[in-house]
Amino acid sequence: MSAGTLLELSHVSVTFDGFRAINDLSLSLAPGEMRAIIGPNGAGKTTMMDIITGKTRPDTGVVKFREHDLTKLDEPAIARMGIGRKFQKPTVFEELTVRDNLLLSLKGLRSPFALLFAKETAEEKARIDGLLHTIRLGREAPRQAGGLSHGQKQWLEIGMLLGQEPDLLLVDEPVAGMTDAETMETADLLREINQTRSVVVVEHDMEFVRALDVKVTVLHEGSVLAEGELDQVSNDPRVIEVYLGR
Amino acid sequence: MNASLSFRGASVTAVIVVLLTGVLAVGSLLPASSPVQVSPFIMTLAGKYLAYAMLALAVDLVWGFAGILTLGHAAFFALGGYAMGMYLVREIGARGVYGNADLPDFMVFLSWKSLPWYWWGSDHFPVALLLMLVVPAGLAGLFGWLAFRSRVSGVYLSIITQALTYALMLAFFQNGFGFGGNNGLTDFKDILGFDLHSPYTRAGMLFISGLILAGALLAARYVVGGRFGSLLIAVRDAESRTRFLGYRPEQVKLLVWVFSAVIAAIGGALYVIQVGIINPGEFAPANSIEAVIWVAVGGRGTLSGAVIGAILVNLGKTLFTAWLPEMWLYGLGALFMATTLFLPQGLMGLMRHLPEKRPSEVTPEVTNPEGGEA
Ligand SMILES: Nc1ncnc2c1ncn2[C@@H]1O[C@H](COP(=O)(O)OP(=O)(O)O)[C@@H](O)[C@H]1O
Ligand SMILES: [Mg+2]
Repeated sequence: MSAGTLLELSHVSVTFDGFRAINDLSLSLAPGEMRAIIGPNGAGKTTMMDIITGKTRPDTGVVKFREHDLTKLDEPAIARMGIGRKFQKPTVFEELTVRDNLLLSLKGLRSPFALLFAKETAEEKARIDGLLHTIRLGREAPRQAGGLSHGQKQWLEIGMLLGQEPDLLLVDEPVAGMTDAETMETADLLREINQTRSVVVVEHDMEFVRALDVKVTVLHEGSVLAEGELDQVSNDPRVIEVYLGR
Repeated sequence: MNASLSFRGASVTAVIVVLLTGVLAVGSLLPASSPVQVSPFIMTLAGKYLAYAMLALAVDLVWGFAGILTLGHAAFFALGGYAMGMYLVREIGARGVYGNADLPDFMVFLSWKSLPWYWWGSDHFPVALLLMLVVPAGLAGLFGWLAFRSRVSGVYLSIITQALTYALMLAFFQNGFGFGGNNGLTDFKDILGFDLHSPYTRAGMLFISGLILAGALLAARYVVGGRFGSLLIAVRDAESRTRFLGYRPEQVKLLVWVFSAVIAAIGGALYVIQVGIINPGEFAPANSIEAVIWVAVGGRGTLSGAVIGAILVNLGKTLFTAWLPEMWLYGLGALFMATTLFLPQGLMGLMRHLPEKRPSEVTPEVTNPEGGEA
């Protein structure tokens, strides 16, 4: 693995009941890079994130984050190592307030026993206020997260992701269910985040991907079909075939 | 700190418990001629209800706040009871039927020559207290560690908690197990030298029980009200999601599980002191199920509801079994169905409708997060 690689998947395969969801997938991400992953439904995009975050174990292949072999670790260990994930379907803790959702996400205390006696510090409060500002949910802070709109939940989850201060963010379809304006704001936010962190973002919305203006990887039937600038891959006949040829 | 705040009234309930037990204790010391004298019969009942309230509180902690539907919590209650019972039996000393200063009656009856090693030290009250805490906590720790790390949850977990209490019941029924078999431990005379049948001891014990229940309520409120409590609710509602934040839900559950077992065990000890007997029937699977019903009736996840549910349902049981003994189980079943259907949040749910509802306190629609445990 070269020094200039943050995340590397090589020759990874996963089979579910005989169905190859990921098929000899290889992909590498440079430190500080933002990568967009596109591909039709069922291409294996979410499964790829499951593999990186330890939710699904690959049958074969190597998954490396810096020098760590991720296939040997479980979800909490991988999360603590600096990989954060936003789910396709927004999953926030609905009964907790927006503020408490963020507090739980903050990097730091992870031992339940320590949390039993922990009080929110001034520093943590400032962190949360900053996050609330970033995700534009300041006025919703005392509300139960379950009462937020779909788009707000997406943003809250992005806020929780930032609270973890990960080095790598995996973001699965962040603009699903958002208005056009929200979509563009989200693209801006991700670009801002990318100034200090690496990002892998899965998305269908081509306007959004265009706004991100980053290298694109096209996934199809569990492996990479094409990789490059958006204009380049979208003129690739194989990509056109996959997207339009059915 | 949690948005629902449905457990906020726990401190009010704690104060009421202390006041009520104080009034009962004073009332029991009035002369028998007084019209407001509280009879020894009522005092025994009250002591029993308070002990059951501890058990219900323990169940609510794990069921209401961690989503673990325990159907075996009476096991921890009974173990705590046996630990205290051992001490009380040893206190009888040579005043037993066989007049043996070293061996409890049932051991003499079984022609045992000496105390089994696991009875050593049981004549010391501090040892009894230690056993009361350590044995149930240890068992809960081992059980929880095994169950939670293999991610046993839902119905499967409920079933193995039933198996746990059932297995213990069978063991304690054995004479050779060394805890009095069928008859259990009884005929206690005094505690720390105070006569258990004296009205002063009984009044003191009831008041102490009230203080302990109030303390347990406040401790439980502290546990669920802070940052650990938020994490607990997060684990309950979206366990898998917490793992991606770097938490280990099995540790979270284990911690609250052991804490809850200890509360149940203290309840068991208070039960034995005031009711005067502990036998293997306390391990019966039905007892654990009843405790869940108390919590459901009072209001799951409210702490106060557990206490209120335990007291009211048991009061109902006492009255009902006096009128129509054979009908009680049907009554209990009907009560459970009625609460489930009409009062999903129990009696506390009724109270919550009384104060004006802030618009921000919208009840969230229940969604099943992606990756949530099946
Ligand atoms: N746990 C699983 N068990 C069985 N099949 C799965 C599982 N996870 C994903 N799949 C299948 O793998 C394929 C890829 O799914 P997914 O990664 O969700 O695609 P995408 O996110 O690109 O739409 C789909 O056909 C899906 O049905
Ligand atoms: Mg997907």
